[in-house]
Amino acid sequence: MTLFSGVPLSSLDAALAAAAAWLVLGAGALTAPRSVRLARVLYPAGALVGFALAAVALGALFEAPAARILPLGLPDLPFHARLDSLSAFFLLLLGCVGAGVSIYSTGYLRAGEGAPPGLQCLCYHVFLASMGLVLVADDAYFFMVAWETMALSSFFLVTSDHRHAEIRRAGYLYILIAHLGAISILLCFGALQAGTGDYSFEAMRNLQPSSGWASVAFVLALAGFGAKAGIVPLHIWLPEAHPAAPSPVSALMSAVMLKTAIYGMLRVSLDLIGFPLWWWGVIALAVGLASALFGIIFAAVQTDMKRLLAYSSIENIGLIVAGLGLTLLFRGFGMGTFAALALTATLYHAFNHAFFKSLLFLATGSVLHATSERALGRLGGLIHRMPRVAWCALVGSIAIAGLPPLNGFVSEWLLLQAFLFTPGLPQGYVNMLVPVAAAAVALTAALSGYVMVKFFGVVFLGQPREAKLAAAHDAGPWESAALFWLAGGCIVLGLMPGLMLSALEPITRRFTGYGIDAAGRGWLFVAPIAPERASYSPALFLAVASILILVAWLAVRRLYHGRVRRAPAWDCGFPWLNARMQDSAEGFGQPVKVVFRPVFRIEGEAPSPSDARPRYRESAEDRMWYWLYLPIARAVERVTSLVTLLQRGRISVYLMYSFATLLVLLFFIR
Amino acid sequence: MSASGIVAQLTELAIAVLLAPLLTGWVNQCRAWLQNRTAPGLLQPYRTLAKLFEKEVVLAHNASSLFRAAPYFIFGCLALAAAIVPTLGTDLPLNAAADAIALVGLLALARFFIALAGMDVGTAFGSLGSRREMLVGFLAEPALLMVLFTASLISHSTSLSTMVETLAHRELVIYPSMAFAGVAFTMVSLAENARIPVDNPATHLELTMIHEAMVLEYSGRHLAMIEWAASLKLFVYSCIGLALFFPFGVAEGGDWLGLVLAAPALVAKLAVGGAALALIEMVSAKMRIFRAPEFLGTAFLLAVLAMLVHVLLEG
Repeated sequence: MTLFSGVPLSSLDAALAAAAAWLVLGAGALTAPRSVRLARVLYPAGALVGFALAAVALGALFEAPAARILPLGLPDLPFHARLDSLSAFFLLLLGCVGAGVSIYSTGYLRAGEGAPPGLQCLCYHVFLASMGLVLVADDAYFFMVAWETMALSSFFLVTSDHRHAEIRRAGYLYILIAHLGAISILLCFGALQAGTGDYSFEAMRNLQPSSGWASVAFVLALAGFGAKAGIVPLHIWLPEAHPAAPSPVSALMSAVMLKTAIYGMLRVSLDLIGFPLWWWGVIALAVGLASALFGIIFAAVQTDMKRLLAYSSIENIGLIVAGLGLTLLFRGFGMGTFAALALTATLYHAFNHAFFKSLLFLATGSVLHATSERALGRLGGLIHRMPRVAWCALVGSIAIAGLPPLNGFVSEWLLLQAFLFTPGLPQGYVNMLVPVAAAAVALTAALSGYVMVKFFGVVFLGQPREAKLAAAHDAGPWESAALFWLAGGCIVLGLMPGLMLSALEPITRRFTGYGIDAAGRGWLFVAPIAPERASYSPALFLAVASILILVAWLAVRRLYHGRVRRAPAWDCGFPWLNARMQDSAEGFGQPVKVVFRPVFRIEGEAPSPSDARPRYRESAEDRMWYWLYLPIARAVERVTSLVTLLQRGRISVYLMYSFATLLVLLFFIR
Repeated sequence: MSASGIVAQLTELAIAVLLAPLLTGWVNQCRAWLQNRTAPGLLQPYRTLAKLFEKEVVLAHNASSLFRAAPYFIFGCLALAAAIVPTLGTDLPLNAAADAIALVGLLALARFFIALAGMDVGTAFGSLGSRREMLVGFLAEPALLMVLFTASLISHSTSLSTMVETLAHRELVIYPSMAFAGVAFTMVSLAENARIPVDNPATHLELTMIHEAMVLEYSGRHLAMIEWAASLKLFVYSCIGLALFFPFGVAEGGDWLGLVLAAPALVAKLAVGGAALALIEMVSAKMRIFRAPEFLGTAFLLAVLAMLVHVLLEG
């Protein structure tokens, strides 16, 4: 390979080398596909590559864009690669989170689960490498090759436990929606090349498509990348595929793969088209907020912990797409400073989501291994048995609930700030919609607190709901190390927003012309527009809160006795308390079911009060299935059943068809 | 950051922590008078706290360290919230650290932990209370945020000090947006502080209690911290209300005389506010728990309406 010919090594070459290294590691696993020991060596090596990629990407953020033509691809159609600040940002995300998940996978791997470990290791590293290549691809051909490799490798990872029919079904649904999305993306590139036949991104960037074609391209990109990201109504694969996949794969898919779709939306709308129209922003804002609300409402009624997290991913992607919509809105009206603020919030939230969602998915993986239970109704009290996992999951829960002082709050704070500036928009009707949109964001944030209390409380607190939970063991050293790395990331990103803002500045400068002044009031403060308008300092916030808590604790301990007596739980004096009297996951979802009743399709039966053997059943399903997907499936079936009219099963009839076809062709050619 | 700012900050914190139980006692006293009962002394909450601190802690067997840490944590969060809201002066050092959104986040953080603590022991009542508290929370929090947003749209800032300064300097006209926001805020505060139409602080009836169910397993000094934190929460909400709707008498900048005068003004405003709260509680009846979403949904809609009215009429 001539990858390293260009001495000194540029960041782009280093990023490509990292992807190649992942591919080599994956291929290495094929030498002994059934060996767990080999895979245990390859995963940590993959983690090192991830860290190296993160370091390279961090440097590349502040460099000028670099491009090169690879000696790969078809004759006359070589692969173009390019590394600019936007790519570098997402590569940084891939490197940091990919490294964490690789470390975790080292400890998570067990012999005899699903596909052979070597094959899983191959798919895993191909998946990582293809995500890296998607981010550096600079022509539609290379992009689609990498994109499809990513879809296929993740499909094989999702179905690695392929002996269960439901997992195969989930995998099928995933690949189906992924390809609908891919077709849409392909058409989008077709619209962008505007008949020139040049599919390199460089050419698309220099081209000025008419606003009609640009709008077509944007809508196609939103649908195509939206299918991958899981925006409503293309989300249905997400709650099926995430629980089916092994936990590290769920983590990687949710944390990084969904972000490649966000990258695609940003790349097309801000870079390739370059001049967003304001109403694209309105569409993205509406779709994003609908996804966010839909996702969090459904997350609240889930009884499977991984499905709950999958729906929460839909919510977070919704918030990110809403942020993108706001960016386009401001950009369309030429309000660069506010566009920079909204873009900062969008990217910050994407990064945060990668950290806390992978953390939580990995925590559920440890719980799953320790208890072999995924149903919330059969867990509980694990904080005593698995303290390391529990405390890391608590960090993740606080972060994802958007509570200060962790990272989820910073990005939601920035997003709400961006909303507060919208009343300056020149469009009266859009102005009126903004309070409603801000209210939707606020409701989503509050509901995510509800969902996380449910998640953490039911899994880790209370009494164990099953006897076998007493045998649960804490996560091993590899798994714990990964959890600590990701939890630490959540804390650092939360407490030092200045770091992240300065990393985002080159991107916002490049695409909106403005940057958020990160160092204006020092590293510890965020003051996006002006300090007297809004400022927030998580470190100072945490310091004062800690001092107050500590003073309260010390004062109570000094002034009063520290006597503690252990006794059975009080529970209003009720003596026959057992674990089944705690709130179940269904119980915790019930208020949300009542409040948002029209959203769900609820089926079930409740026993009469005099029933001697009461049975209770209730399911809250997604209406989208019945409104959209089943009608389409039925229509497809009807059309295909017409095809069977042609199939007569007699050779003479088929010969007739050939003859008729020949005649028709002759007619045309003549 | 000035000397007077630091003094104002510390005084404010001290007043909040020390006087919060007094406000609770005052509300209870007013309520008793209105109900034609003999009122407990004004200092009754302090006596209760002293009694609880002296008692030993009875801890359930499977209570985790989260359960033991939560009371201090919640107390710290609410004390910080009290320090953020400008009640005496607007020149507060902590103002740059946390704005109105962070204040809402802080209150949500306290709620998050008290709900988790309620689930920790694993009793029927604890988790029921947590669920209901979070139900009230997820409906009330966005409404509170919208109320604060209305004020911040008026003052073009989410910094609480700037908001108070701007609102205090507007001419005395009733703004329709603030009227809507005021009604919404009152409804939210009643719900968030476990007050009568939504919850009853004086009952231990299983079917109706929310806040009390959640903290049922606490005893001794832990319960004292929780009770104190509950008083602080009422104090914080009262102060938010005063800051948004009656921001008069608050010292601006480094005005020493203003600071000295602000304290009696605050006490007077709180006394009137507490009496009003008791009156509201007197004339309304406790709702069924599933009427609470309607009540809070109304508050939320009013708050959104306040923002819309501001954008349409006053923008």
